[in-house]
Amino acid sequence: MSSARDTVLGRIRDALALAPTPAVVVPRDYRTGRALPDDERLALFTDRLLDYKARVHLCTADRTAEVIGEALREHGARRIGVPAGLDAHWLTGYDGEVREDHPDVSPAQLDTLDAVVTGSAAGCAETGTIFLDGSPGQGRRALSLVPDLHVCVVDLSTVAAGVPEAVARLAPERPTTLISGPSATSDIELERVEGVHGPRTLVAVIRTDA
Amino acid sequence: MSTFLGMPAPPPRSPYGTGNLRGDRAFPRAAHDELGNEQLRRNLGRATGTIRAKRLSVTGELSDWEALRDAGSAIKTDTMNRLPELLEQLERKVTERGGTVHWARDATEANAIVARLVRATGSDEVIKVKSMATQEIGLNEHLESVGITPYETDLAELIVQLADDKPSHILVPAIHRNRDEIRQIFRDHIPGVDPDLDNAPAHLAAAARGYLREKFLTTKVAVSGANFAVAETGTLAVVESEGNGRMCLTLPDTLITVMGIEKVLPRYQDLEVFLQLLPRSSTGERMNPYTSLWTGVTPGDGPQDFHLVLLDNGRTAALADALGRAALNCIRCSACLNVCPVYERTGGHAYGSTYPGPIGAVLTPQLAGMHAAKDDPNSSLPYASSLCGACFDACPVKIDIPSLLVELRHQHTEQTGVTPEKLAMKAAAAVMRRPALYAAAQKASALGRVVAGRDGTISRLPPPLSGWSDSRDTAAPPRETFRSWFSSDEGRATLRAAAAERNSDHNEEDAT
Repeated sequence: MSSARDTVLGRIRDALALAPTPAVVVPRDYRTGRALPDDERLALFTDRLLDYKARVHLCTADRTAEVIGEALREHGARRIGVPAGLDAHWLTGYDGEVREDHPDVSPAQLDTLDAVVTGSAAGCAETGTIFLDGSPGQGRRALSLVPDLHVCVVDLSTVAAGVPEAVARLAPERPTTLISGPSATSDIELERVEGVHGPRTLVAVIRTDA
Repeated sequence: MSTFLGMPAPPPRSPYGTGNLRGDRAFPRAAHDELGNEQLRRNLGRATGTIRAKRLSVTGELSDWEALRDAGSAIKTDTMNRLPELLEQLERKVTERGGTVHWARDATEANAIVARLVRATGSDEVIKVKSMATQEIGLNEHLESVGITPYETDLAELIVQLADDKPSHILVPAIHRNRDEIRQIFRDHIPGVDPDLDNAPAHLAAAARGYLREKFLTTKVAVSGANFAVAETGTLAVVESEGNGRMCLTLPDTLITVMGIEKVLPRYQDLEVFLQLLPRSSTGERMNPYTSLWTGVTPGDGPQDFHLVLLDNGRTAALADALGRAALNCIRCSACLNVCPVYERTGGHAYGSTYPGPIGAVLTPQLAGMHAAKDDPNSSLPYASSLCGACFDACPVKIDIPSLLVELRHQHTEQTGVTPEKLAMKAAAAVMRRPALYAAAQKASALGRVVAGRDGTISRLPPPLSGWSDSRDTAAPPRETFRSWFSSDEGRATLRAAAAERNSDHNEEDAT
């Protein structure tokens, strides 16, 4: 008896032989390679993030620590998690407990954190999406998921105009998470509720000069 | 390496009696009962109306929406043409990155693979991401039968599971339940839930959060489906909103993903098309809150044991049908459900399959067949449509669902031998081939006006046409046929007037 693999592949080849269709060329006439000026990208990105009920803070790079500290204080975060590789300077405006993440930290331990602070890999203005890819300063996927507050620093220079331009910035081999606002559900009578299993609050700190 | 021995054989459909691709009664009977449920119709009417408006507004925002649809449709067609090489490439890439690929001919085999993999971890429970493929194969029922407890973690799937109910919509499976019913389900079935829990959606969601958090943090095995799998890189994608997907995909030690073989995409770049088409078509959002992309195993991040189960279960049978294979292009966005006047009134349960609505009426008979049993309920699905065409307009990958429904009706009448409908069609064909007889028949049909009621419709036809009239009203034939009008004095005069008008229009255009 042949393996399931050989059987299924054989069935596919039989099916294609029984119903051959002409080869197609994929038309890619949709918008790609768009470049919007900084102010337009910022306005669009901010508008979309707010539409998704994310909190948005704009700042210059030299005020990063100050703005992160304010956001954590505002939400009463007293113990936070950070990925290895996060710029230590970013936390100089915060006086609570800081735990650096590593792979042996259990999900239950992550659940004791009030908040997490991370950087980001890219953004998409048209959809209000932030991309995390696990690079230094962003951490593993569980870290930005379990705590209830996610403070995420986004450099405007990494925010692309649309989805094709943003996807082009990704590294396929890296575990990647696309975030558009906080966790949400519309499963009960289609009424949108923010905050189910993921972070209930997303604070995007957009650095306009970085 | 293949079983190809000269003449290709038609691949088998999903085996009869397994999984959830067949209801226990025909659509008209099931729909008749559902139509009596006023709550269902109110919920559905409001939900589909809301989501239709949202979808139109966000698709209208994109000036290149039609170009994206063209690209999406072509990518899927290209995928089907090159399926063997793409699946082999996907398998190679996933394996290179530390994952293990399994192949399953049908539901029984896929269920057995998943159960074996779960047992090998020593766990007797799994957390699940909402997945159409595992619903299709009846995985939960199988796992329970071998002593493994599956926990659905999507809020709507949890509601359905706790109530021992079936999903009724691809995207919002508990759309047939209102907040009061959900509160009662939670009060009855969630251990330790606040007895004073009210019906506010935010409070109900919080109750689900509290219940599932412990499961997320302690369960060692997760099962998911996949929205896309990229052959070029071996990357899998799950699109969701609540974060339950991210929890399942990243916290456990072992991840088992069950995916239909048609979900593969050739290139990583293709995600740029589908990440625009899918959220806007399904929830009417510019982007869903969370999308997870992973490639095999990443040391120090997420499950260190990853299994991908590639499922046939009738997909190759659909692929072997020249017209029907287009149904495999479906990306499960549910846009066709939300615009369908039939679905809006009957809800999803009437279709009897994991896949309801217009696409379900096409995909279900394709995967499972519609002649596997006497009076197979699936043979009623191609008729569960008014053929209004709204589903075709809404489909982000341009599946011509109405034409596929007509083709399936044709296949059904061909297969079932002598039926009143087939006799009637044969008689009509014979008459239409002979002009004199046709003209006589048209005159005779004017008699139909005599049996029509005052509103100009005939609600009950004599046998053998009563099968037709039982489920719909028939418009009375016109007083006069086009041919007889055409040859009358009045007809000639009207045509002359129209021709004169057209000529004068032309002259005006020339003058400007």
